[in-house]
Amino acid sequence: MSRGYSGQLGGGFGSGSRLGGPSRAARPLNPVAWLVLPALAAALITFLLGVPLRIAGFGLPEPVLPVGLAFAWALIRPSAFAPVVLLLLGLFLDLLWGAPLGLWPLSLLLAYGGVAFARPLMAGQGYAATWAWYVATVAVALGAAYLFTTLDARVRPHIWAVLSQALVTALLYPLVARLIDQFEDVDPRFR
Amino acid sequence: MEGIRVPVTWAATAALILCGLVAATLLLNDRRDEMGVEGWGAARTGFDRVAAPAGGVVSAPVRWTGGAFGYVADYWDAVGENRRLKRRLRDMEKLRAEVVALRDVNQRYASLLRLRTDPPAAMVAARVVLDARGPSSTTRLANAGTEKRIRPGHPVLSEHGLVGRVAGVTRGASRVLLLTDPASRTPVLIDRTNARAILTGDGGPNPRLEFLRGTAPAREGDAILTSGDGGVFPRGLPVGVAVKGVDGVWRARLYSDRAPIDYVRVLLFDDFSRLVNQRALVDGVPAVIAPPAQPAAPPAAARPQSQGASAAAARPRPAPRPAARPAARPAPRPAPAGPAQPERPSYRAVGPTAP
Repeated sequence: MSRGYSGQLGGGFGSGSRLGGPSRAARPLNPVAWLVLPALAAALITFLLGVPLRIAGFGLPEPVLPVGLAFAWALIRPSAFAPVVLLLLGLFLDLLWGAPLGLWPLSLLLAYGGVAFARPLMAGQGYAATWAWYVATVAVALGAAYLFTTLDARVRPHIWAVLSQALVTALLYPLVARLIDQFEDVDPRFR
Repeated sequence: MEGIRVPVTWAATAALILCGLVAATLLLNDRRDEMGVEGWGAARTGFDRVAAPAGGVVSAPVRWTGGAFGYVADYWDAVGENRRLKRRLRDMEKLRAEVVALRDVNQRYASLLRLRTDPPAAMVAARVVLDARGPSSTTRLANAGTEKRIRPGHPVLSEHGLVGRVAGVTRGASRVLLLTDPASRTPVLIDRTNARAILTGDGGPNPRLEFLRGTAPAREGDAILTSGDGGVFPRGLPVGVAVKGVDGVWRARLYSDRAPIDYVRVLLFDDFSRLVNQRALVDGVPAVIAPPAQPAAPPAAARPQSQGASAAAARPRPAPRPAARPAARPAPRPAPAGPAQPERPSYRAVGPTAP
């Protein structure tokens, strides 16, 4: 997949201009399809990856799947419902992983807000460049979690553990790109 | 079209700010590190109560597959394992005679010193059904809870050593805070030097040994045991061996990392502060627990060596201090290397209950 997002990503939170794109009739963007179902899938996969399985001494990877959703949802279009779903997903992660309540919601919302405000900058970027933006988003989310954990537990988390989780999360970009491709053209008002 | 974009953008911004405030409030009010059901919170206990059976269902195929692979693998390695076990059995036979002799000496010393050992503690077996391994939290969910008399703070062990402690409990589920969790602090000692340290998790595989004092307090491969300081853990539970990290910080390579933690044992150990009469402590009543029975007269052969101790026992003794730990160290000295370290903790375990 080499197609980029050229000229289609305008109208971020700080933007008042539209960057153009082909004119298409607005189709209803079903929140269940682009918000609820991906969120449920992310929660289910995260739950399944919590199975205590070790292969050759290594456990299953533990990516932070909702970071990909935060990135995709902020790129597709602004939504008042997306932050609420991210808040619920973050709480689910906290409860499932036994983390301090509020740690992952805040980290995910920071990443979402960053992407939403930087949305105009991402217009006209190719696949690799958007992947780089996604990696930056992962860094923001996991960096925030690192900071909050440090403040909460008064100990700096092991850097290799953070980097390995960031790497696994960053490698999920092809799935995130599919979600963006599926919904970015649906509502032309926010291109 | 522009008319609808601005309200949607503003609504999205407002929702983002509102959700961020909710998340920040939750984080600031979190009391995860406080021991007790109240600290763990109703939301967490409710979630764990639902997640434990669901985790048991999704982990069942993994367990069956692993069992099938293990069944086949047993045949492949039968000859080699037979030889290894025979070799270990020979070593154990030698050790058994030493253990019997040492136990006899140990009992005699305990009687002479009027040593107060830890109270007996029962164990409960449980199966791990969910596992969190991230840098921000490393916890496990086990499928036994309040119905098995498990309470927050109880130590959790695998067949190799200490895994962590129970942080939250509900009916049918216990959340185990691992030694590697950033919120975990465990008082430990280096068995060889008796140097104290606080084992501090950081989300990595090898937690740090902090506040290690003294000249050369640790060497590579030194066995690490729980010190019992603070009373949360009994003294002498095997934890791991000391290793020096690339950053120059002493760390612990955990015994519990030697094999997957499928099954754990929860030690129903109530620390001393829960057993004693707190009011009596505050009021300054000296005798909290009745002293042990007077030892029988030592055999004649032992009298010359034990004169000092006998004289000390004959003197009027101050009342025992409830928080004090035994001076002697009945804990075993687990070998720093080798498979399947036999667990011989200093507490008197009553035996596991079926899960």
